[in-house]
Amino acid sequence: MPVGRKLFFITLAIVALAVLDQLFERGFGDLRINPYYARIVSLAGINITLAVSLTLINGLAGQFSIGHAGFMAVGGYAGTYLTVYHGAAIASFLGGTPLEGPGSVLVMIASLAVAACAAGLAGLVVGIPSLRLRGDYLAIVTLGFGEIIRVIILNIPAVGGATGFTAALPITSFFWIFGVALLTIVVVRNIATSTFGRALGAIRTDEIAAEAMGIQTTRYKVVAFVISSALAGMAGALWGQLFANPLNPQNLNFVKSIEVIIMIVLGGLGSITGAVLGATTLTVLPEALRTFDQQFPGLRMVLYALLLILLMIYRPQGIMGRRELSFAWLRRSTRDDGPAAPAAGAGKDAADG
Amino acid sequence: METLLQQIINGLSLGAIYALIALGYTMVYGVLRLINFAHGDVYMLGAFSGYYLAHALGLDGNPSVPGAIVVTIGAMAICAVVGMLIERFAYKPVRHHPRLTALITAIGVSLLLEYGGQVVFGATPRFFPQMIESRTYALGGVQITNQNLLIILVAVVVMFGLEFIVHRTRIGKAMRATSYNLQVAKLMGINTDRVIAFTFALGSALAAAGGVLVALAIPRIDPLMGLMTGLKAFVAAVLGGIGSIPGAMVGGVLIGLMETGLSATAYSTYRDAVAFGVLILILVVRPAGIFGSTAVEKV
Repeated sequence: MPVGRKLFFITLAIVALAVLDQLFERGFGDLRINPYYARIVSLAGINITLAVSLTLINGLAGQFSIGHAGFMAVGGYAGTYLTVYHGAAIASFLGGTPLEGPGSVLVMIASLAVAACAAGLAGLVVGIPSLRLRGDYLAIVTLGFGEIIRVIILNIPAVGGATGFTAALPITSFFWIFGVALLTIVVVRNIATSTFGRALGAIRTDEIAAEAMGIQTTRYKVVAFVISSALAGMAGALWGQLFANPLNPQNLNFVKSIEVIIMIVLGGLGSITGAVLGATTLTVLPEALRTFDQQFPGLRMVLYALLLILLMIYRPQGIMGRRELSFAWLRRSTRDDGPAAPAAGAGKDAADG
Repeated sequence: METLLQQIINGLSLGAIYALIALGYTMVYGVLRLINFAHGDVYMLGAFSGYYLAHALGLDGNPSVPGAIVVTIGAMAICAVVGMLIERFAYKPVRHHPRLTALITAIGVSLLLEYGGQVVFGATPRFFPQMIESRTYALGGVQITNQNLLIILVAVVVMFGLEFIVHRTRIGKAMRATSYNLQVAKLMGINTDRVIAFTFALGSALAAAGGVLVALAIPRIDPLMGLMTGLKAFVAAVLGGIGSIPGAMVGGVLIGLMETGLSATAYSTYRDAVAFGVLILILVVRPAGIFGSTAVEKV
């Protein structure tokens, strides 16, 4: 894509996000979004970031991480720590406070950057020993890592320990949530369509063959894992600073990791649009089932578990498989019964022959 | 010196439990190359089966040793059946799918047992009946309860029993053959489906024995009790060398000793993290584990 078009799309995205941000956060005059719906949309945005970032490692590279919440926690606590303890100082560079004025933008960017770095570093530490080995070890190490993080957080009084990080400031807004979600989608999509993505695909299909073809398997896997962790860390920072939603070691546990896995498995392991679809479904569905949840506490997780097993047995490729939902694909499928598509296909075949 | 000995005794009895569960992980991994995530939850089911059996037999309040033995064997039988059912209905349909699919299925089964357990048994902890009168023996300043002694004894007996089954019986030979190469074992006329079912039954029975024994020593049982214990037992299996039976035993005892050792120091709050720290360390230093041999990957 030429630089001019890139800049155009970036500007368009920022303007669109700013308009939607105004709509969701404050509304235009009488036109206001119900705060409850706005909250669900915000959570869906964060879950999209989580699911798409996990797609990179579980879907594209064919590895299996089940500790995504652990990286989310690292990023969340690191980013929130920065805002709480140094936010005022950072904001004073541009004027204002962490909550308003031009300084708040700087605080959010700094918080996200610190979250990404901390989580990425954690990804490096976990990834190097476990990704040298076959897939199953990563699963158990990431699971254990989540547990270690939980225990460490419980023992740091500066971030609230077991009571949670209640000092967190609500600086997250619609703009940042979907800005990060968009960034994640673009990063993962660009990786998927690049040489890097092809290398990851080769590793997923046959690791030994990939190595024989000269792909540095460990290196590619570790880089993918670090990027995935850093993106999860940013999601953690957004989630931890979303209104009165204090970070708590109990909230970012194994169950959260499993939720993200179910999102990408349901959507189709390896498909980015599938991950978006899965994340949205699994954010909205529990809200729709809220009354059901109150009547039968705990049954929701039982249904998740059954869904996971049945999906694996009967439709392991999920809703989308590895396909992507794109405008081109939509156009093709709507034109399916028309004469244009088969004719074009036949013409091509004839030319090939 | 006495406190050290005391810690070793406590660590041994905790480690023996990890070892009993680790044996199940190691056997299933040996045969199917699958991390059976649900194994820790079978251990939980063992404890709950024991709980209901003990109540049904009226052992609550009037301890008796024969009753305890019946309860243990009953729980083992129930879990053996559950283990075979899990294999038949969840793992067998995905056996020829990519390994990732099987792994996700295993996680699904684990979640199903945990949250299903919360729905069926209730999320609040239950108190396991005292089936054996608690006694404490003092040996030169070191205290040991009869339950802890029993745990260590049973673990040792099971270990020898398992060695006998695997190395001296026909089904054991079939297990070793299947573990060596499933396809070839099948070609040699071994009914590998039956071998796999037997492996699951055996592993689940051992986990159930572990569950009942733990409940005797620490009578608080809840549906999530298998999550952490199961994971640590898996680490024990990796530490000892996954696929190796003596390795699972040694790994379990080592993890138990490390945990109780840490509990006695100022860092006792990090107790739950120690097993995973060990796991990361072992993967860096010696991924095959203590007793494992490094296998060459074949195409």
